[in-house]
Amino acid sequence: MNYIKILTNGIVKDNPTFVLLLGMCPTLATTTSALNGMSMGLATMFVLICSNIAISLIKKLTPDMVRIPVFIVVIASFVTVLQMCLKAYLPEIDKSLGLFIPLIVVNCIILGRAEGFACKNNPIASAFDGIGIGLGFTLGLTLLGICREILGAGSVFGVTLLPEEYNILLFVLPPGAFIALGYLTAIVNKIKK
Amino acid sequence: MEYILIFISAIFVNNVILSQFLGICPFLGVSKKIETSLGMSGAVAFVMTLATIVTYLVQKLVLDAFGLQYLQTIVFILVIAALVQMVEIILKKVAPALYQALGIFLPLITTNCAVLGVAILVIQKDFDLLQSIVYALSTALGFGLALTVFAGLREQLEFSNVPKGLRDTAITMITAGLLSLAFMGFSGVDGGLKVLFGIE
Repeated sequence: MNYIKILTNGIVKDNPTFVLLLGMCPTLATTTSALNGMSMGLATMFVLICSNIAISLIKKLTPDMVRIPVFIVVIASFVTVLQMCLKAYLPEIDKSLGLFIPLIVVNCIILGRAEGFACKNNPIASAFDGIGIGLGFTLGLTLLGICREILGAGSVFGVTLLPEEYNILLFVLPPGAFIALGYLTAIVNKIKK
Repeated sequence: MEYILIFISAIFVNNVILSQFLGICPFLGVSKKIETSLGMSGAVAFVMTLATIVTYLVQKLVLDAFGLQYLQTIVFILVIAALVQMVEIILKKVAPALYQALGIFLPLITTNCAVLGVAILVIQKDFDLLQSIVYALSTALGFGLALTVFAGLREQLEFSNVPKGLRDTAITMITAGLLSLAFMGFSGVDGGLKVLFGIE
C-alpha cells in the first residue's frame, strides 16, 4: 500500500516537470518529437532508479561531510554505463539526444531525490520512488513531445496525422519549446484546481 | 577571423540558453532582478572559462594519453565540483569583495549544466586550447546577455496584469519563448560571416 503511494506521488503530486519544475534543460531541449522526449525520460528513469537503490544501500557507509561528492560519483558512473549501452545498442537514440545523455549527471531531479529521499529510506522504497518520479518525468516529456510534434510536424511518434500545410514549424524550433511548456503548465494548473 | 566567428555565433546565433537549452535552471531561478542576474553571469563567466581550460587539459593530457575517454563524464563533473570549491576558498581569502558579490552563486554553479555542457562540447567540436577559451568566454557572455535581458523583462512583468491561470511559471516560459524567438532573428548570421571571412 505504502509503496503504491510512493509510486503515484512521483507521477501526480510531485510531478517533476509540471509541479517541481526540475530538470528543465532536457525537458526543453529533447522534446522535438514524442519519441525523443520519451527516450530521454526513460534514460533518466534508468539512472534515477539505479542511483536511488545504490545510494540507499550505501547511505550508512558514507560520512555526512562527503555525501554530495559520493552521490555525484555514483550518478556519474550510472550515466557512463547508460552512455556505453546506448552507443552499443541504440546508436540512433544516442545521436538524437547527443550532449544531453552525459548531462543527466547534472539533472537536479536525480541529485534531489538522492538527497531528499534515497539517503533516508530503504532500497525498496527508494526503487519505487525512482520508478514513480522517473515515470512522472517520462510522462511530462512525452506529453510535451507529442504536443510539439503534432503542432510542428503534424505527426505523433512518426505517424503523420495532419497534412503538411497545417504544420507550424516554430514548435519544433527552440522558441516553441518554451511556449508549448508555458501553455501546458497553465493547462495542468487549471486541471489541478 | 575564426575567433570572431566563434565569438559571434556563441553569443547570438547559438545562444547557450535560448537555442541550446543549457543552464535553464539559473535562467529561471535567478532572473527576478537585474542585479542578481549580473552577479550570476559574472560567476558563471569566471567558472566556465576556468573549468573549460582545466577539463581541456585533463582530457588531452590524462584521458586521451591513457585511453580513458570513457571516464570523461565522471572526471569532468568531479573536476568542476572541486574547482568550484577551490574558487570559493581562494576568493574568500584573496578577494573578499568579489566573494561578497559572487559568493552565493558559486555553489549553484556545480549543477549548472552549461558549465559541464561547454566542457564536453569543446572536446566534441575538436577545438584547440585558444579556440576553447574563446568559445567558453563568449558562451558565458551569451549566457549573461540572455539572463540580464530576461531579468529586465521579468521586472517589467511584475507590473502587468497577467491572466490568473498563466501567472508565475507559465508566463515566464512564454516570455522566454518570445525572447528566444527574437534571438532566432540572428540565425544565418554565422553563415554570412563565414562567406565574408572566406572560411570554407
